Parts: sequence; structure tokens; C-alpha cells
Amino acid sequence: MISVAAEPIFYIAGWLPVTNSMINAWIGIAVFLIVGLIVRKRASLAPRGFLNLVDYTIEMLLIKAEEIVGDRERTRKFFPICASLFLFILLSNWMGLLPGIGSIGIWEMEGTERILVPIFRPVTSDLNFTLAIAIFSVVAAHIFGMISLGFVAYASKFVNFRGIWRAFKHGPMAVVVALVEFCVGLLEIISEFAKVLSLSLRLFGNIFAGEVLLTVMYSLVSFVVPLPFMFLELLVGVIQATVFAMLTLVFMKSMSDSHVEEHS
Amino acid sequence: MLKLLASALAIAIGGIGPALAIGLIGSKAMEGIGRNPEAAGKLLVPMLLGMAFAEAIAIYALVVALIIQFVL
Repeated sequence: MISVAAEPIFYIAGWLPVTNSMINAWIGIAVFLIVGLIVRKRASLAPRGFLNLVDYTIEMLLIKAEEIVGDRERTRKFFPICASLFLFILLSNWMGLLPGIGSIGIWEMEGTERILVPIFRPVTSDLNFTLAIAIFSVVAAHIFGMISLGFVAYASKFVNFRGIWRAFKHGPMAVVVALVEFCVGLLEIISEFAKVLSLSLRLFGNIFAGEVLLTVMYSLVSFVVPLPFMFLELLVGVIQATVFAMLTLVFMKSMSDSHVEEHS
Repeated sequence: MLKLLASALAIAIGGIGPALAIGLIGSKAMEGIGRNPEAAGKLLVPMLLGMAFAEAIAIYALVVALIIQFVL
């Protein structure tokens, strides 16, 4: 009925598959390109109409981001990535509710039965995409950490030789504490992979489960009954986009915080 | 048949913990709003963030159920 993996629709040059979620991704990119070009051409200090809406959105996002990070200059550095993630994920999630996404398709034979392969599918319901942006977010957070702290201070968050070296001055108890902190630092490396996994699976699971739910609802009762579920999907789309972008912002902030020295 | 049972149990049992967790988060938030009604706006975003984290565990269980049902 619904497959977990995105189905290829056609092949470029005979071997490169283009899946239905990629088609949606291109549509999303095209929408943002067009909006970006319009805003750039007609930008002014007293915007009206559509530009006013864009201005308001960006300002709201900037204020929310500043509440989390605390410091306006760092917020400006992190803001482009996090806000772009938020807006793109939000658009992709909401596009899954439009009529035609998931229902317009090609009939294909799979084994012995005839199934419908949809031409459009929300791009965040494809694990490839969510894994890609999760890896991108975590790597971006690390790169920001490296840039703002310098390589040695950044590396000593994970492999803390410097703490052990310094603790020799303070006596044996401090050396034991420093050894424990060293092992904790190594465990942090594992938790980075857990971050990638949890970011990608959370977004994928929510949106894919919403797609399955809506498909089942439409096939049961096509008319008034799916409305509460579509409202739920609107809400879930906003919440998941917010959680992803906020977590990325928090990771970037915590990576570029200097390591807090705890002994007095 | 065992595959059906496995995927059904995966999501059913896996949803118990997160459901309890989300309920507890919500109830503490309600308590906080009850003590201090002005803080409702400030409490909303952290509460939603906490609920999204708790729900993520249920999503992991759902992904396992889907893998059992459709891939294995």
C-alpha cells in the first residue's frame, strides 16, 4: 500500500533514479528561489503587502532564536541555517496536505498485484532527506564550534588531555576527576551519533506516520471525516519543524560555548 | 502471522512509556499555569519541546514496527 522507501518515477540517463520525494524537493526549492528573487528585487525599508509578511516572519524567527541563544551577534551567525531549515521543513510538511500529493500516480505491476505509485510525496517523509539534513545540522554545529573556539579548545571537549595535564598541579583527587571527565568526553562522541539518529528518525517518523494516517483515512471515508486529521497534520508539521530548527540552534550554541571549568 | 504480532506489539508496548511521559509533562505544565497564569505564554514553547522529545521515543517504536511489517 504505502512503501517506506520513496519510489523512483523515472531514471535520468538510464541509471540515476529520480524518486517522487525528489520531485517535491525540486518544487520546494523552486518556491523558495522565486520568493527569494522577488524579495531581493523589491526590498525596501518600508515594505508593504507580501514583503511585509516576509519581513514579519523573519523578525519573529530572529526574536525567538535570540531568546534561545541569548547573544544577538551569535544569533546572527547561526540564524541563516536554522531559519532556512525551519522554513523548508515547514513548507515540505505542509505540502503533504495539498490535494494531489500522494493520490496522483502511475499504476504499476509489483509481483502479481497492481499498485498505485504516487508521483508526489512530501520530501520529509523520505528517510534519505531527513538523514541528510540531520547530518548537515550536526556537522554545521561542529564546524561552528571549531571556528569560534579554535581547534584545540574544541577537541578538548571530546578528548580531554588538557584537563588531565592541568590536574596534575592540583593533587591526586583532581587527577581522578580529570580521568573521569576524559571518559565522559569520549562518550560525548557517541552521543553525537545519537543526535543524528534521533533528529532524522523523529522528523521522518512523524511525517511518514501522518502520510499513512491520511492515506488510510481518505480510503475509508473520503469526505468530511479526514478534516480533524488534516488539522492534526498541520499542527504536527509546525511542531516538528520548530523542534528540528530549535535543536539545531541549541547544538550550535552548545558547541560554541567555551568549556566551563568546574574546579574552583 | 508472527510478523503481524511482532509489529503490533512493537508499537503498542512502545507507546506506553511516551504516553505516560507526555501526560506527566502536560500535567506539570498545567500545574505551573495554575499557580501563575501569566506564565502561560512562557511555558508553552518549553512544554512543546519536552513533549516532542518524549514523542520521539514512540516514533522510534513506530519505525521498528514499520520495518518489521514492510521490510523484513
